[in-house]
Amino acid sequence: MTPTTTQTRAAHTTSGTTRGAILNRLRPLRNPWRRPWFLAGLTWVYLIWSLVPVALAVLFSFNNGKSQSVWQGFSWRWYFADPVNSVLHDPDLHAAVVQTIRLSVFVTLITIPIGVAFALGINRWRGVTSASFNFVMILSFVIPELIFGVALFFVFTRLFTTVGLGTLAEILALVTWNVSWPALIVQARLATIGRQYEEAAADLGVTPLQIIYRVTMPLLMPAIFASTVLVFSSVVDDFVLVDLLNSNSSNTPMSVYIYSQQRGGNGGPALNALGTIMLVMSFVAAILGYLGYRWLTRGEREGNVAALAAITGEG
Amino acid sequence: MTVPSGVSASRRPPRQQRQPRRLIWVALAAPGIIWLAVLFIVPFYAIFAIAAGRLDVFGTPVAVWNPLDWTATNFAAAWHDVAGAGAFVGPIILRTLIYVALASALCLLIAYPAAYFVARFAGRWKGLILILLIAPFWISYMMRMLAWIDLLQTDGYVNKVLSFLHLSSQPIDWLGGLGLTVVLGLVYGYIPYLILVLYAGLDRIDPILIEAGRDLGLNRVRTFIRVTLPLSRQAVLTGLLITVLPMLGDYFTNQLLSGTTGTTMLGNVIDDQLTSAGGVLEGQGAVFSLLFLLVLVPPLIYYVVSTNRSSRRAM
Repeated sequence: MTPTTTQTRAAHTTSGTTRGAILNRLRPLRNPWRRPWFLAGLTWVYLIWSLVPVALAVLFSFNNGKSQSVWQGFSWRWYFADPVNSVLHDPDLHAAVVQTIRLSVFVTLITIPIGVAFALGINRWRGVTSASFNFVMILSFVIPELIFGVALFFVFTRLFTTVGLGTLAEILALVTWNVSWPALIVQARLATIGRQYEEAAADLGVTPLQIIYRVTMPLLMPAIFASTVLVFSSVVDDFVLVDLLNSNSSNTPMSVYIYSQQRGGNGGPALNALGTIMLVMSFVAAILGYLGYRWLTRGEREGNVAALAAITGEG
Repeated sequence: MTVPSGVSASRRPPRQQRQPRRLIWVALAAPGIIWLAVLFIVPFYAIFAIAAGRLDVFGTPVAVWNPLDWTATNFAAAWHDVAGAGAFVGPIILRTLIYVALASALCLLIAYPAAYFVARFAGRWKGLILILLIAPFWISYMMRMLAWIDLLQTDGYVNKVLSFLHLSSQPIDWLGGLGLTVVLGLVYGYIPYLILVLYAGLDRIDPILIEAGRDLGLNRVRTFIRVTLPLSRQAVLTGLLITVLPMLGDYFTNQLLSGTTGTTMLGNVIDDQLTSAGGVLEGQGAVFSLLFLLVLVPPLIYYVVSTNRSSRRAM
């Protein structure tokens, strides 16, 4: 890249901009559409760096031994074969899996209806109240999780003491933290589809409630679906809120269990097994989300990339 | 998202139809609004109430809900931690800023070229690369840290590779409190979010603008500096914001990868004060959370306003 740059620059300084520019156009320097090998190399190195460690961690969850660096053969012992230390048989590991599943299911079921209704209402009811709460909702999307966790910790230990710490506090916290996913994604979808379908229905004499049920909701299905997947997997992976709000081992989900065990340095392949279970839960949600989104938007001109973006919350 | 008022006014149905419809939108938004008010706004007030509250006879902070009765007890104690005789928080704040600055600079240095490559040159590999870029988004943070803990053990793969290449004569104790490990851990943890935001921003740049730059005689580097870089400014700022904010409140990366007092960050201080025995330090935790929040308010508002503006532009 450097020789080209210096040549051009020399041409610029000696013979004026116009002539330099013309020379630059006429001279067949290098193929301008050549592949940028440096950028390609950097990207692939980055991808390897970001994924191979996790792949190794998954691999060692199947190790037939305690080591996390020496391969001793394949086994299911850390999942269910070991009668004491496997995820299936160790009561704490087992409880962590159950708690993660419980949290992700309940939180998703509560978050999606609230968030979708909120998005629809806020988007159509234009007023000071709706604008301010839209602002609050976006704020809840970007506020650092630690600060929000501290705030909820105080509120559950000092004000709403009937809730206290534990599963209920975790669910309330995670719903608040995740409600911005459906709220933002549904609002974006509302902006794309416009009002014309609803106005057409209104002209045909359909009542407002029927419009929501028969016109708006079907059009919003891809957005609702994408946000369901996002909420589910972000609850599976959430750490900070549940770390601050859990009270004992019966309401400690997998992420917090991994953290508390690894911190003391007494982790073993069973932790890798736990992490692999989390990974599989998230990936299954992502794949279902991708396929479902493709199916729901099959009539629209949306490509693979658009579907990927949608289930990542970048759509 | 806001339609110019003239347009919406002309489209609005007559007044007698509008009132019941408006009620529907209010009713739809209400659950979300109430939820956010009770579980997002009230908790933040609780931070104020604890931070400016008093201590009971056991030294445990008590929330004072009436602003007229607020005291400065906890603020004085926190100030004592920052600047008093036994000050320990001052250096920790400085260290947090240095770690976060280094980590976010490294993130940008890796993420920008990679995102640029994927957006402009990936060609037929684009789908696969995008899936690989998005994959870490679906892998739990704890699992990704666990993977590195496995690799960085004294008998782990990193040391094995280093000694195989004769780069180090004896195994390095990566997890024994190295600042470098923590900074690289932060980079590894938060870079996927940055890359996705940068990719979305760079992908949105119309290639015609870049071709125009080339046609007008700019070479590759200058086209990048004069065209691409200014157009991606918004994405860079947004991406940095969503990586820097959580990094500032991060306590688990440091705890998992080092766990010694030599690398303590501000997040660790708040977390420790919250889990202190008998809760005697909770008041100071509230003060530090509050200060942290106040520092973050300007960038947060910038983010919310710019998000609103760009989504309005998208209309």
